Amino acid sequence: MSEIILEAKKINKYFHDPLTVKVLDDITFVINKGEFVSVIGKSGCGKSTLLYILSTMDTDYEGELYLDNELMREKKEKQLAKVRNEKIGFVFQFHYLLNEFSVLKNVMLPGLKLGRFAEKEVEHRAMEKLKILGIEKLATKNASQISGGEKQRVAIARALINDPLIIMGDEPTGNLDKKNSEVVFDIFEQLTKEFNQTLLVVTHDNEFANKTTRIIEMEDGRIIKQ
Amino acid sequence: MNVRLIFSIAKSLLLARFKQTMVAAIGVTFGIAMFITLLSFMTGLNDLLDGLILNRTAHVRLYNEIKPSINQPINIDSAYKNSYNFVGSIKSSGTRQGLYNSEAIMQSLKKDEQVLGFAPRIIAQVFFNDGAIDITGVVNGIEIEAETSLFFFADYITEGKSLDLKNISNSIILGKGLSEKLLVNIGDVIQVTTPKGEIFPLKVVGIFQSGIMELDKTQSYAAINTTQKLLGKPNNYITDINIKLKDLATAPLVSKAYAQLYGTDAEDIQTANAQFETGSFVRTIISYSVGIVLLIVAGFGIYNILNMMIYEKMDSIAILKATGFSGKDVKRIFLVIAMAIGFFGGLFGLLFGFLLSSVIDQIPFNTASLPTIKTYPINYNPLFYTIGIVFSLITTYLAGFFPANKASKIDPVIIIRGK
Repeated sequence: MSEIILEAKKINKYFHDPLTVKVLDDITFVINKGEFVSVIGKSGCGKSTLLYILSTMDTDYEGELYLDNELMREKKEKQLAKVRNEKIGFVFQFHYLLNEFSVLKNVMLPGLKLGRFAEKEVEHRAMEKLKILGIEKLATKNASQISGGEKQRVAIARALINDPLIIMGDEPTGNLDKKNSEVVFDIFEQLTKEFNQTLLVVTHDNEFANKTTRIIEMEDGRIIKQ
Repeated sequence: MNVRLIFSIAKSLLLARFKQTMVAAIGVTFGIAMFITLLSFMTGLNDLLDGLILNRTAHVRLYNEIKPSINQPINIDSAYKNSYNFVGSIKSSGTRQGLYNSEAIMQSLKKDEQVLGFAPRIIAQVFFNDGAIDITGVVNGIEIEAETSLFFFADYITEGKSLDLKNISNSIILGKGLSEKLLVNIGDVIQVTTPKGEIFPLKVVGIFQSGIMELDKTQSYAAINTTQKLLGKPNNYITDINIKLKDLATAPLVSKAYAQLYGTDAEDIQTANAQFETGSFVRTIISYSVGIVLLIVAGFGIYNILNMMIYEKMDSIAILKATGFSGKDVKRIFLVIAMAIGFFGGLFGLLFGFLLSSVIDQIPFNTASLPTIKTYPINYNPLFYTIGIVFSLITTYLAGFFPANKASKIDPVIIIRGK
């Protein structure tokens, strides 16, 4: 029996504009601790939509979502923000760093927001995360001065800063060349193996998905294989 | 902790768009600087114009009016008490103009807590003889020290010395217009005819210029005892007592009380000069409204720039929200940005406003009617500076509120998906 990190129960979602369309249909699954799960499917099958619901950013859905055995539906905007801060790490397709800040500060921001550690300690931890990803040299550079592959690694370091329960990725390799994609995958794999980190990655890169421990395949808003 | 984080994020966002921030802040600076300058200058002018009259006007003036007696004998008679009495063709009585018991009144005023000071006066109508022509005029018998300390008499003396009035016997200070009519200078002797027909020589020791031409053409000043001699009255003869109170606002009440107490007529400054208060009130309102309009314009500038900034920073806002910043945090960040623009813009505005008004303070301003004023008047009232900074903070808060609210409502999913 392994520990359940995330549980989705009968999640339905509709788009109302311009017509009411059902985009997610009875999505039910469980993610256990230490799993490296990939969600695949064609464009428009609803996999990204699902990810946003699971990440608590989208609250307009039916069904139940448990994160760390807590029901998300009852939480308010501010509490959800706290959940995201504390328990979820994000990696997006377009790295989304804040260009106004240095690499180090970018990694530190969610940690400072959480306020679990003093600023010095957060800085120390951020440097450690950067070291794991092999980019500690970039720490003082401005976020706008580094390459795409490096940005994605900084984003992963930022996702790790608060030791989240789960890291979610939305096409984290979608914008990267083959070499950098492999680097990112290797990092993810290292995280699962060495730190028992749970990962949920949405991708349409089948090669990437095939290397993960578990694949959820979606079509037309339904899970067809898991 | 959280507060510090929000400030540091706001600071980074601000510095990242330094030029835009500067433009917004300069808008506020300009607005505040103009607000301060305008108010300082306008109220400076107001005070000057009011001072022209108010400085020289008593808060309460005790005198005897020439008027018919209120209590006609028939009304006092007990036989006619219950009837309506019609008295035809009443004439003003020949009451004397001198105040009864003037010594006693002055003694009692000296002890009065509400009174800052008082100056006794004699007002005498005379003719100034200039060859074949008699010019009607007024000699004010004054106590020079009291007049100078209470009503700034010495400020209006353009030639000669005011104290000579006391030191040289039978001396007179003429209004500028009057001295020009009589073609006299300091040291000359003029002839004055009293209403009773006596001719009296007086030596000119000074020329004064009040700023009000009509006054300067008819008024002159002499020492009290000179005037008493002129009129052939005893040395307790006084027609007016000009009183300056500690609190100007109480003048109407005090004047009523004194009229009762001393059995004289009493006039307060508010009744005598109502139009001046209205004038300065309207001028103040105009300057405040222009200043506030300037600030509102600056506020719209901030609103625009923050709105643009939010469109530019959509990605950043989305990422902040995705990594655990709540809508409230985002709102605070943008409010801090707005308030920082308001605060620093306002602070520089105060500084520039002060500099600009001190420059205006140096510009020469010579006018014939205002002999004591050499430069444009400026009122450095700290109240304007307080209002300026408070208002700049309020305006920028309001200007920042709506964009910040918008930023807090941005749905990160839409931004992230939209890429």
